[in-house]
Amino acid sequence: MIEFNLPSLGADMDEGTLLEWKIQPGDTIKPGQVIAVVDTAKAAIDVECWHESTVLQLLVDVGAKIPVGTPMALLLEPGEDPHSARRTSSEAPRLIEGENLTDRRPRISPAARRRAVDLGLNLDQLKGHGPKGAVTLEDVEMAAHLTHEPQHEPQHEPDHEQAMRQTIAAAMSRSKREIPHYYLSETIALDKAMSWLQEHNAQSTLQERLLPNVMLLKAVALALREFPQLNGVWLDNAFKPARATDLGVAITLRQGGLVAPVLHQVADSTLTHLMSELASLVERARNGSLRSSELDGAGITVTQLGDQGVDSVLGVIYPPQVALVGFGRISERPWVKDGQLCVVPTVISSLSADHRVSDGHYGARFLSEVRRLMQTPEAL
Amino acid sequence: MNSQVIRDEVLRALKGIAPEVEGDQLHADRLLREEVDLDSMDWLRFIEALNRSLGIAIPESDYREVETLGKLIAYLERKSQPGVDVSMNRR
Repeated sequence: MIEFNLPSLGADMDEGTLLEWKIQPGDTIKPGQVIAVVDTAKAAIDVECWHESTVLQLLVDVGAKIPVGTPMALLLEPGEDPHSARRTSSEAPRLIEGENLTDRRPRISPAARRRAVDLGLNLDQLKGHGPKGAVTLEDVEMAAHLTHEPQHEPQHEPDHEQAMRQTIAAAMSRSKREIPHYYLSETIALDKAMSWLQEHNAQSTLQERLLPNVMLLKAVALALREFPQLNGVWLDNAFKPARATDLGVAITLRQGGLVAPVLHQVADSTLTHLMSELASLVERARNGSLRSSELDGAGITVTQLGDQGVDSVLGVIYPPQVALVGFGRISERPWVKDGQLCVVPTVISSLSADHRVSDGHYGARFLSEVRRLMQTPEAL
Repeated sequence: MNSQVIRDEVLRALKGIAPEVEGDQLHADRLLREEVDLDSMDWLRFIEALNRSLGIAIPESDYREVETLGKLIAYLERKSQPGVDVSMNRR
């Protein structure tokens, strides 16, 4: 018997509202299958299950708000007999809020939400006919037919925006309250990296084109192997190093706010693979279909604000992580090379790190390693 | 393809990435990436969307020629006329 619990949805998310079950009792589950959709302050999340199993019983109703770790479903291992496996006493899952959530925000499936936003419909005014009054895709299409003038104004509920701000506020206040930050920055010449990239992209199809972002991510991941004190979390007054190079990537959402989903095993991935993973992550972060496994487990976060035109960014660490790397705009700047003044593309890298875990000297050597790695782009 | 068809496809591709964009409020002579706030990933997805709908893959080396809405539409118009510019068929 497997008790499936609501997985962690990132360090700043401790609860979620069940929007939809994707499974029924009797269904078989393949590892990695999306079994439920849970709404959080930041986005609707596809919850994956990694157990090969058969569904015995669903323990949580659609609409219920539950804390992370709450048993959601009982699953049978392959070959397990449902009669002997049935739990003797099934304790009811702890609910934060019960059935009546209608006053909070409308229940709406992610597909329906996307469609409604596409059509410019006001989510608050949609009538749901799905389970427990949830708004389904059909309801949205119906409403679109009835509405002659689509309402462009609110693309999403103000409630959601407020919840997002509060979540960011809580995480960032905690960071500045608890983490003694130190900050370093270093300008990195990217002449070799950019000419390697231009040549690569000129020879590649559109789908194989790379962005400089992925080279920087890979360099950070490789450097972390040499500097493990920047990759991990601070828990119970001690540093717990991360085992893999799983990088949180700060992604700005068009409607405001940001999420930092995880790119896994960055040091072991090819640039091409990282590019397609990053593209998919950005797209899904923006249309609200991230998976539960993408929200938890990063040991460091990377933020790249260069596209917004700033020279550099000194970021706030995302607790309980202990470091954050920032990159500003890649821009042509004056540079001295072999005693000669020249103009080369450069980027200003920065490190915000937790002084409880590492010291400035250590952080400086880490940034130097990132710079060194960017001088041999073909080896990334 | 006439410029109206191209303009519609450009706006459709743009809306796919930035749903809040209103076509009639865009300035033909402003930098598109700044006006619509497209980051480098958005821009690449936009170029991919144009390739899917119009069959024109804009190489990186031509990005300067497509930086405003007006220049982009003129560029696509040029490239969509068969035989006029052979160099576009290099990929």
